[in-house]
Amino acid sequence: MPILELDHVVKSFGSLKVTDDVTFSVEPGEALGIIGPNGAGKSTLFNLITGNVRVDAGRVSFEGADVTRMQPMKRCHAGVGRTLQIPQPFEKLTVFENLVVAASMGSQKAESEVTDRCAEILVDTGLIERANALAGGLGLLQRKRLELARALATDPKLLLLDEIAGGLTEAECKSLIETIRAIHASGITIVWIEHVLHALNAVVQRLLVLNFGKVVDIGTPEDMMASNAVREIYLGIEV
Amino acid sequence: MDGQTTIWRVETKTRASTAFAIVAALVICAGLAAPMYLPRATLQDLFFILTMLALAQSWNLLAGYAGLVSVGQQAFVGLGAYVMFAGVVLLKLDPLVAILLGGIASALLAIPAGIFAFRLQGAYFAIGTWVIAEIVRLLVAQWKMLGGGTGTSLPASTTRHMQGVDLVHRMFGFRPAQAVDVVCYWLALLLAVAAIFMVYRLLRSRHGLALASVRDNQDAARAVGVDARRLKALVYLASALVTGLVGALIYVQKARISPDAAFSVTDWTAYVIFIVVIGGIGTIEGPIVGVLVFFALQKLLADFGSIYLMVLGLIGIVVMLFAPQGLWGLFASRTGIQLLPVRRLLRGGPIKN
Ligand SMILES: Nc1ncnc2c1ncn2[C@@H]1O[C@H](COP(=O)(O)OP(=O)(O)OP(=O)(O)O)[C@@H](O)[C@H]1O
Ligand SMILES: [Mg+2]
Repeated sequence: MPILELDHVVKSFGSLKVTDDVTFSVEPGEALGIIGPNGAGKSTLFNLITGNVRVDAGRVSFEGADVTRMQPMKRCHAGVGRTLQIPQPFEKLTVFENLVVAASMGSQKAESEVTDRCAEILVDTGLIERANALAGGLGLLQRKRLELARALATDPKLLLLDEIAGGLTEAECKSLIETIRAIHASGITIVWIEHVLHALNAVVQRLLVLNFGKVVDIGTPEDMMASNAVREIYLGIEV
Repeated sequence: MDGQTTIWRVETKTRASTAFAIVAALVICAGLAAPMYLPRATLQDLFFILTMLALAQSWNLLAGYAGLVSVGQQAFVGLGAYVMFAGVVLLKLDPLVAILLGGIASALLAIPAGIFAFRLQGAYFAIGTWVIAEIVRLLVAQWKMLGGGTGTSLPASTTRHMQGVDLVHRMFGFRPAQAVDVVCYWLALLLAVAAIFMVYRLLRSRHGLALASVRDNQDAARAVGVDARRLKALVYLASALVTGLVGALIYVQKARISPDAAFSVTDWTAYVIFIVVIGGIGTIEGPIVGVLVFFALQKLLADFGSIYLMVLGLIGIVVMLFAPQGLWGLFASRTGIQLLPVRRLLRGGPIKN
């Protein structure tokens, strides 16, 4: 049974169709990449999966259950975690407290039970030295790491990553790839939107190409990179 | 990683907070014993300070932590007071029991009031709460058995037979009227301390952290599993309960009620907002500082009539412009001192600061 299933999902903002009859599924333990030009509707797809935006038509299922009308909070409890493209930390809380909220509310556990897990995530995401700093004072890179760390703290089964590799140096990108590989290896299913293709291709098994809200193609990274339609749309190369 | 397991722990105490806990315990003991060594007038002043402090803590929780800026707290003060009056005058209940009834009535009012007001955002929420208070005032003014628009008084005999008054009268030899004041003062002390303790416990719990996350970014909070609506509703209910209890207690002591006084937006909301803003919104210490400043100003300016209100307004504006975090916020950011710390600091490993 797929962990995530979208079935003929449609969403428009006014007259703009941002999600146009999207159907695909993700198997447990898989890592799927999503690529597409700016404004293709990638982030909106995540909003539909988490419930931050309501679908106009179609069905979203998580672990076989219909979650199309479920509140975002409930989907988080069910195991959907995400990072936001523009990081939204809780600015007046410390980095550690950001994680404690996510860990204790996401999993309904007592605060004392989540301390070790939060510290562990901070070590893994390279934020441990800033644990007691106010999140509002972090730079962009650390904010992106905090997005990842906070999503992990909710103990997700499915992790949605929205452009977390943008703007990183080569070395930072490498360490991020290692981090995400480790997360994937721990059994978490990953769907990752990214413009940095080599980072994506180092982790995912399949790529989904989105353009004008439509699924253009889905398949192995090699096949997608070789496909003429994809090269034309995404890479802007005339063939 | 070095392969060693680090022992992590969370620290919330500060040295100042430990010292403060001891001082607070001493102050509470001194407060309990105050009727033995303070004159009756001073006790009445303290009663005023403590009840305003409890109201301020409850409004601060609402506005400073849950982001629910209500200007209709007089609905809960007034209803609590009127239900207490009804309990004593109509049902012949002990005033102490009637106070509890008043608190419960206010909490019950918070359910429909919340269902209505929570549909509104920001400034509309504030206006909505005020409209609710006006409606309740108009309804209560129709209550002929409690004097309608002109109000009524508590017969002196009823408060003198309040639970505990006779005991105080016999044990300490106070005259009955004075014994009533003493019992009211103790109840005010109890409510103020309980309100502070309740807010502090909430903020120290994971729900307090969740509340802070909702205040910082509601969408992100929901995305990590925080039930923002439920948290806000609970805070609204708790604040209505405390406000109703305090309102009822204030009017046991005043022993005279009218709709205009009991539902006064100036007395029960504007002054309370002044106290919280002056002291420092979103801190527990702030309302404590604020209520003392407010009381001092009131004593100083009591003879100046309406100039008094203008001076209060001016001071409020000056503080908002130059110390938006309030006097306590200014002090805390300069010195780093926290008396009731809620910040969780992770200790262990390579953590800086
Ligand atoms: N809440 C909204 N209201 C109106 N329009 C929206 C909303 N959210 C997104 N859009 C529009 O929908 C389109 C798709 O946006 P989306 O953020 O999903 O694109 P994207 O593929 O993530 O792009 P990028 O690569 O730039 O992040 C854009 O034209 C955007 O302006
Ligand atoms: Mg996007």
